[in-house]
Amino acid sequence: MYLKSAYDIRDKYLRKDMLPTIFCPGCGIGSALQYTLRAIDDLGLNPDEIVWVSGIGCSSRVPGFVNFDGLHTTHGRALAFATGIKLANPNLKIIAFMGDGDAAAIGGNHFIHAIRRNLDVTVILINNFTYGMTGGQVAPTALKGLKGTTAPYGQFENPFDIADLAVSAGANYVARWSVFNYLQGINSIKKALQKEGFTLVEFLSPCPISFGRRNRMKTAPELLRWYQKITVPLSKAKKMSPEELEGKIVIGEFADRDRPGLVREYEEYKKRAKRMMGWEE
Amino acid sequence: MRYPFPVGKSDFIQGDEAIARAAILAGCRFYAGYPITPASEIFEAMALYMPLVDGVSIQMEDELASMAAIIGASWAGAKAMTATSGPGFSLMMENLGYAIMTETPVVVVDVQRSGPSTGQPTLAAQGDIMQAIWGTHGDHSLIVLSPSTVQEAFDFTIKAFNLAEKYRTPVILLTDAEIAHMRERVYIPKPDEIELVERKLPANEEEAKLPFGDPHGDGVPPMPIFGKGYRTYVTGLTHDERGRPKTVDAEVHEKLIKRIIGKIENNKHDIITYDAFELEDAEIAVISTGIVSRSAVRAVKILREKGVKAGLLKLNTIWPFDFDMIEELAEQVKKIYVPEMNLGQLYHLVKEGANGKAEVELIPKIGGEVHTPMEIVERVVG
Repeated sequence: MYLKSAYDIRDKYLRKDMLPTIFCPGCGIGSALQYTLRAIDDLGLNPDEIVWVSGIGCSSRVPGFVNFDGLHTTHGRALAFATGIKLANPNLKIIAFMGDGDAAAIGGNHFIHAIRRNLDVTVILINNFTYGMTGGQVAPTALKGLKGTTAPYGQFENPFDIADLAVSAGANYVARWSVFNYLQGINSIKKALQKEGFTLVEFLSPCPISFGRRNRMKTAPELLRWYQKITVPLSKAKKMSPEELEGKIVIGEFADRDRPGLVREYEEYKKRAKRMMGWEE
Repeated sequence: MRYPFPVGKSDFIQGDEAIARAAILAGCRFYAGYPITPASEIFEAMALYMPLVDGVSIQMEDELASMAAIIGASWAGAKAMTATSGPGFSLMMENLGYAIMTETPVVVVDVQRSGPSTGQPTLAAQGDIMQAIWGTHGDHSLIVLSPSTVQEAFDFTIKAFNLAEKYRTPVILLTDAEIAHMRERVYIPKPDEIELVERKLPANEEEAKLPFGDPHGDGVPPMPIFGKGYRTYVTGLTHDERGRPKTVDAEVHEKLIKRIIGKIENNKHDIITYDAFELEDAEIAVISTGIVSRSAVRAVKILREKGVKAGLLKLNTIWPFDFDMIEELAEQVKKIYVPEMNLGQLYHLVKEGANGKAEVELIPKIGGEVHTPMEIVERVVG
C-alpha cells in the first residue's frame, strides 16, 4: 500500500485554525484519526457527505479538528444523535468517534441499541482503559488490577470486552487493533466505511499521562511494549485455553456480515405501511 | 400531498391525537420517542402517520436518546419533535440544554402528570412549569406554550414549530393529562390555510461561516444544516461565532449566552400571547394557564353574576414571561388569584410580576383533579 505523507493528509482534512490539538504527548488518538482520514482519502469519499459525531472526552474532540460537518454532543449520547441525523438524511455517512467510557459506560444503552437497530454508522472507538480528560479514573474496559484515580488499589470489577459486546449485539463489522497496527487499522476502517449497518473499529490507544503514569508505563513506548504483551491475534487465541487468555486482549476481525442496515429496513417499513394502508398502486 | 387524516374539516379527537396531526401539518418529518403515560398516544399517532408521509417515527431506548435523536435530525434539516411526560421530561433536561446551547429548533411536548418521581401517571397536573422553564442547568432561555383545549393543543403545536424555526430554539408544548385524553371538536385546516415558518438558512458562504453569529442583527443566526458543504462544527461547549470551542474566555461565554437569552427576551412581544376576559374594569384578577383556565372562565362569570368585578388573564405563553404586563394589571386590580394544579409554580412568576402592587393569592390543587369553578369562586368571595 502506498501511503501519502502525513502532512498531505493533515493539510487536506484538518482545520488549521483549531491546531494544535488538545492531545498529550504519546496519545494514540491522533494515530486513529490519521488512519480514519487515510481511509476516507483512499476510498475517495466526499467530505461534504460525511458527518462526524462524538460525545464527551478526549477522543470526542476529534470532530472539531477535522474539516467536516460535526456534532460534538453530550457524554455517551453520540449514537443517539447519529440516529436522528442518519434517518433524517440517509445520504449522509456518519462517523462516530468515541471513547471507551463514553461508549460503554454512560453510553452503554445507546451503544447496544444502535447496534441492535443496525444503525448505519462507523464507530471509531478509542479504548485507553481510562477517563483521560477528567484525570485518569477507571473505565469499564479497565482490566482487573489496573489502577485509576477512582480505583487507586487496582480495579476490582470485571471489564467489558467492547468488540465482543458489539458482535453479540449484532454489528455488521467489528475489528479491534492497537494503534500500532496501522495497516490493519486503515484497512479495517476502509472496510467499515464501505459497509451498510453498524460497523466498529476499536483501537487500543496509549494514554501515558492519565493512564500509563498510574500503571508504571509513563511513555508511549512502554505502553506499546505492554500492548504487545497483552494482545493476542484472533487466529492464535482460537488455539488458547481460557486460562491462557486470562488478562489478554484478542485483536483482529471479529465480525464481517451483511445484515440490512436501519436505513434500508426503514425504507422497507415505509413501503409496507403504504401497502397496508392501500396507498400504493 | 396526501394526508393520512381528513383536512379542511372538523374531527372529534383527543388532545394527543391533535398534537400529532398538527405536527405533521406543521412539516414535522422526524419523531423520536419513548412510551410514557399520558403522552403515548402522540407517539402512537406519529407511528401510524409518519411512514405514510415519508417521515420517520422511531422508538428510542430512552428519553435521553429521543431528545438526542431529534436534535440530530434537526441538524440534518428536518423539523423534529418528541413527546413525553414529567419523569421522561426530567431525563431530557441534559439534551434540552444542548439544544438551547447549539440553537437547534425542536419541539418537545410535555404532557404533565403529577410528581415527583412516577407520581400519578394517569392524572393531570401542572407541576412541570418550573422544570420546563428552568429544568436544564446554566443560564438560558427557551419558549414554553400552554394550551387549554384540544383545539389549542392543535394550534399551539403549529405555533411551537413556527417559533422553534423562527428563533432557532427548542420550544416546549406544556400540556397535561386532562387535555391529552379529552376528546373535543377540532378544526383540522387544509395545508394552505396554515402559515408556516421555515428556519433561516445561510444566504451565502460568509453567513455559513458564522453559524453562531448574528449577521442579521436579530440575534438569530442562519442555520447551516449538515450535508450542504458548509463544514459546520456544532458543540455544546461555549463557542465563538464560528462554532469554535472557547471554554475559558469569559467574554465569549457572556456574549453567546446573552445573545441566546436576548433573542427570546428581545422578541417576547412577538412570542407571548394571552387571552384577557372581562379584565377592562376588573378589581379582581384571576391568572391561570392550561386546563385550569377553563374553570377560571366559568368562575369569573359566576363572580360577575355575584356582582364581583372579576376578570381572567389566561397565559398561552408561560415563557418568556411578561412581568411588566402583570405589574400593570396589579396596579389596576386589588387582588390577583392564581389557581393552578400544583403547590405554587406560576404563582411565583405572577408574584414577582405584581411587584407588590397587588396582593397575590395562590389557589393550589394537587391529586389529579382540575379545580371546579366553585372552588375558585369560594376562595375569592370567602
